[in-house]
Amino acid sequence: MAVYEVKPAKVPPLGERGAIAWVRHRLLSSPFNILFTILGIAVLAMIIPPFVKWAILDANFVGHTKADCTGDGACWVFIHEKLKMFIYGFYPEAELWRAKLTIALAILTLIALKFTRLRWIKIGMIVLLPIAAIILLHGGVFGLPLVETSKWGGLLLTLVISTVGIVLSFPIGVLLALGRQSRLPIIKTLSVFYIELIRGVPLITVLFMASVILPLFFPEGINFDKLVRALIGITFFEAAYIAENIRGGLQAIPKGQYEAADALGLGYWQKMRLVILPQAIKVAIPNLVGSFISLFKDTSLVMIIGLFDLLAMVQLTANDRDWLGMETEGYVFVAFVFWIFTFGMSFYSKRLEKQLDTNNRD
Amino acid sequence: MLALLRNEKVRGILYQVLVITGFLVVAYFIAINTAHNIEVRGIKSGFGFLHSTAGFDITESPIPFSPQSTHWDVFKVGLLNTLIVAFAGIILSTILGLIIGVSRLSSNWLINRLAAGYIETFRNIPVLLQILFWYNVVLATLPTTRKSLNFLDSVFINNRGIFVPNPIFEPGAWLIGAALIAALLAGWWLHRYAIKLHEATGQNFPAFWISLGLVIGLPLLAYFIMGRPVTFDYPALKGFNFQGGKVFTPEFLALLFALSIYTATFIAEAIRSGIEAVPKGQKEAATALGLTPMQSLRFVVLPQAVRIAIPSIINQYLNLTKNSSLAAAIGYPELVTIFAGTSLNQTGQALEILGITMLTYLLISLVVSMILNWFNAKMKIKER
Repeated sequence: MAVYEVKPAKVPPLGERGAIAWVRHRLLSSPFNILFTILGIAVLAMIIPPFVKWAILDANFVGHTKADCTGDGACWVFIHEKLKMFIYGFYPEAELWRAKLTIALAILTLIALKFTRLRWIKIGMIVLLPIAAIILLHGGVFGLPLVETSKWGGLLLTLVISTVGIVLSFPIGVLLALGRQSRLPIIKTLSVFYIELIRGVPLITVLFMASVILPLFFPEGINFDKLVRALIGITFFEAAYIAENIRGGLQAIPKGQYEAADALGLGYWQKMRLVILPQAIKVAIPNLVGSFISLFKDTSLVMIIGLFDLLAMVQLTANDRDWLGMETEGYVFVAFVFWIFTFGMSFYSKRLEKQLDTNNRD
Repeated sequence: MLALLRNEKVRGILYQVLVITGFLVVAYFIAINTAHNIEVRGIKSGFGFLHSTAGFDITESPIPFSPQSTHWDVFKVGLLNTLIVAFAGIILSTILGLIIGVSRLSSNWLINRLAAGYIETFRNIPVLLQILFWYNVVLATLPTTRKSLNFLDSVFINNRGIFVPNPIFEPGAWLIGAALIAALLAGWWLHRYAIKLHEATGQNFPAFWISLGLVIGLPLLAYFIMGRPVTFDYPALKGFNFQGGKVFTPEFLALLFALSIYTATFIAEAIRSGIEAVPKGQKEAATALGLTPMQSLRFVVLPQAVRIAIPSIINQYLNLTKNSSLAAAIGYPELVTIFAGTSLNQTGQALEILGITMLTYLLISLVVSMILNWFNAKMKIKER
């Protein structure tokens, strides 16, 4: 009986394997494709070499004044010299440790959140962090000297506004979303009215409203600080968007879930807290993170009502007589900082989505 | 009593009564405080200020405006400028978004990555920063008027803006407009005829090419018949600045570019997710039916993708319009800058002015969402 040996499959021709095949198929598969590749290379050649030349090769990294920037490229000396202002604003030098401690606390909380399993402890941490941060930054209690909020600025202010905005707007947003889905007509109408009103106007008008008109709403003598007014404006603005995200999640929950919760004899709040919201929020996570990212970017608008966030600090220092003409460096720096944060957030959300994906798929 | 409280209906009513009472109490509290504060601070109230003279000038205005104009005129100029920049931004961002969105789906790796890089970069940078960058860095570093970049002696670019020839329509130019409208109507009718013919006989009628010919040809014909009634007013350097022509100011351009580039990233993503949302089986089925890739795109993929993409694109248009309010940072004279800014500072009537401003934006949003609802209803897949 003839024995047939299994012959190994022939190796594909050189042009159809490895890097060569990849280049052939992804870059040069047709005349058009070749044209596009050339176009792409041309675009890259137009952007990257001049930028690298400006930002690295011709740039100035050492020195202390504008006069030290002798090259044609970027003057990173400016960023280096003003870094403290960009990060902490006008926060007094002697109290800077408090700002640093706050940032360290925030980072520690983020790490701790990662390793905590109990939901109540997590929520407790998320709520406690802004309170602790504000006590620490503002002072006036526990023997800490008072630091007026007008002294806060830079990245610190950007982070304070966005963290407080996210933490406060979330519960309001959840309530509004539940209100909008409610069967009670008055509650539903009020929620819809609020959400559509806020979503129909630009943030800047809401900020103007908060900074100019809000003081009129309260009895004489009650005066809010400028930062608090901005925070109120941003929180109430963002809550409407959060509400719509949560509503999207609520609508994605099958009716059977509601009915099952009812059948178990759960009351409205129990049903929502234990059955519906955990699922709805999970579905809503990508959109929620999208909203948080736009809130983070939108914090730059507080500049227009006279708060000194990171972008405003750059605007201010670029008008410094000793550093005229440093806008480009400043803007590139701010863009980079914002980009790191927002890209990080969207990257994290993608991972979270995968982690929370409990659908059993083959 | 306790049993009554457990009744779902009774509790529902009770909750609502509580909420409405709370709402009214807060509203009353706010109303009396506001009235009191306005009186104490000596702020005028009412809408009479709309008829008083503004007393300031506006750098660019599509309608005649002088310091003697009223605050109502300020409002009109602001609204018009908002609509102008929004309209231009919508067109530019759509073109850019289409290019980027299609590139993002390209099988060419390099183009695909470049588009992704564009999206990830510009989407993650605050639009206000982009506006300031264009205004303070790109446009401010353009050459001065004397050293303007000159294109064929008709377009000049310098740090005071872009100067282009302005068309002047002489009597007789109306026929060109009429011809264009006639061509569009004929094109629409041809399109309907082509569909009917195709459904009845299966024959294809080249409606698109004929309409394209009509749309280009008819106005051109009218132009020559009426003896070329359109001339151009060219900008020319006189003294320190250009005279004549049409100028796009740096404020307008910075706002337009930043908004378009920023919004284009979202439009590109909407287009990509629309096309990717079409199930793979649809394309395979189209191929199995023997459709060419172009036909499969045109008749199978795009009609389904558009249904998904258009609502979010329209939402982006709305966002662009709302974001145009950020012009306050660079002083392009739109609604928020001049009406909620300058007029507010002059009159001090924040409540009325911000009320009108917000209501205007709200009205724009409502109109857009009405269009959106109409579109969604029309596009809904008709199931049996």
